[in-house]
Amino acid sequence: MADLNALTIADARDMLRAGEVTSKELTEACLRASEAASVLNAVVHPTPDLALSQAAEADKRLATGDAPDLCGIPLGIKDLFCTKGIPSQAASGILEGFRPEYESTVTAQLFNAGAVMTGKLNMDEFAMGSSNETSVYGNVTNPWRRSNDDTALTPGGSSGGSAAAVAADLCLGATGTDTGGSIRQPAAFAGITGIKPTYGRVSRWGIIAFASSLDQAGPMTKSVRDAAIMLEAMCGHDPKDSTSADLPVPNFESMLTGDIKGKTIGIPKEYRMDGMPDEIEALWAEGRAMLEDAGARIVDISLPHTKYALPAYYVVAPAEASSNLARYDGVRYGHRAKLAQGDGITEMYEKTRAEGFGDEVKRRVMIGTYVLSAGFYDAYYNRARRVRALIKKDFEDVFSAGVDAILTPATPSAAFALEQEFDDPVQMYLNDIFTVTVNLAGLPGVAVPAGLDLSGLPLGLQLIGKPWEEGELLNFAHVLEERAGFVAKPTKWW
Amino acid sequence: MSIDIETARRVAKLARIKVEDDDLPALAGEFNAILGFVEQLNEVDVEGVEPMTSVTPMRLKRREDVVTEGDQADKVLANAPDAREGFFAVPKVVE
Repeated sequence: MADLNALTIADARDMLRAGEVTSKELTEACLRASEAASVLNAVVHPTPDLALSQAAEADKRLATGDAPDLCGIPLGIKDLFCTKGIPSQAASGILEGFRPEYESTVTAQLFNAGAVMTGKLNMDEFAMGSSNETSVYGNVTNPWRRSNDDTALTPGGSSGGSAAAVAADLCLGATGTDTGGSIRQPAAFAGITGIKPTYGRVSRWGIIAFASSLDQAGPMTKSVRDAAIMLEAMCGHDPKDSTSADLPVPNFESMLTGDIKGKTIGIPKEYRMDGMPDEIEALWAEGRAMLEDAGARIVDISLPHTKYALPAYYVVAPAEASSNLARYDGVRYGHRAKLAQGDGITEMYEKTRAEGFGDEVKRRVMIGTYVLSAGFYDAYYNRARRVRALIKKDFEDVFSAGVDAILTPATPSAAFALEQEFDDPVQMYLNDIFTVTVNLAGLPGVAVPAGLDLSGLPLGLQLIGKPWEEGELLNFAHVLEERAGFVAKPTKWW
Repeated sequence: MSIDIETARRVAKLARIKVEDDDLPALAGEFNAILGFVEQLNEVDVEGVEPMTSVTPMRLKRREDVVTEGDQADKVLANAPDAREGFFAVPKVVE
């Protein structure tokens, strides 16, 4: 039998019910694995005491015979989620010492379903980054290495700790958040599944805000089935988030029928980028063939404004970030700078924010401040919001023409070396080129591992679905997963 | 649109982030790289397109304008760097 920490959520669930394992055993296996993987720097605030007490409760609940699917399942939680009494810093120095007095809606729902939290996971500071190199806790290292050398690779970002923790079997699944690709890009880099649901599906309450019109939380898991199970527990209407949708949450797992006959999959020509590696091109073609083989109809489509998604994102997201991060002022929580004689409130703000924020966060807050400032608001911010409306319309047009889902690569490359792209912000932003359109249009998108490149690193495909059709989307992903037969795991070196 | 050092200084001030004079030229350079990338948006014909306000069309829920979770001053102040007598404490604001 595989190590307990290497189980999928679905298998662990079934074994818990068959009495073949206890939550205590699963949790202890994950805690041991986490402790032995400190070199990955994925888990930044381990919570073993809480985990063991939650596991004991879960075992009692399971014994009664009536427990939700996630009962007793050890999960990792991204540091962006506020967890009551436990450090929740968004990987930022400015939230040093912050211990929320409340629980985010997502973690509350997971805990109510009996899930066990093994610890808080590393990420890019305030979820701003694509390589997990902007964290106050330091870089996360991808458990995957190239077959021919041992260069330390990025797990992607911003949910890099979540991706590394799941891929290295430190937990059975993890929460992530996705503002421009922060679930899907790291999932692809780590050979796991990650879904960003439709905007409004999952409550944002208690998740430290980056760009509120784009942020969505979702699961990062070892299989599509696990993503379906975990997503269902995370979804649902929440009066505390005015943008959360009051819609019924289906049983996503029951929708994984494997039957996609007669469905239409669109292949957008604008995602064929100049200089795209042949391996990514080939993987995309294989994905197309797999879906066709399963009975789907494949059509070529056009999403004409794709090229403008990243530039629009780098106006809208920093603008919203500059507003959201205005709250870090040294007054209500977190870090306050030591002040000199005669310093007033303005010096307190300026010194606190200069000390507490890292460079990428400062850069984005200032870009956001600039594009929202008098004289530039129309030229930058309003123009970007107009372009965003056109990007959304591109998708609406293809969906109303009968397309059920869209297949694209998840990332323009496999995981790259740490420090390789860190000094060039614009180059780093290009990582999200295939994922960012989905956030701008508010759509669900899922990354599925579908193959390995020549150096043995995982590559992912992305499927984009219609609003609120996560169930159907996951069914497409399930078909891709089955046919791709991706079973590779990183070779343990840590 | 090119960002000069004075503009960078003004933006840092507006954002309430202290930036040392020596760091302003590099910052202006970074702004120019990012804004240069964003310039592409000017190629798009946006005539007659409304700026997006909500990505999923929905009417915000209404609720009674009442206190839902009040009386938690201690919890509100629990994480403050400096709190006294039930208030947040800050340096002198008014001379």
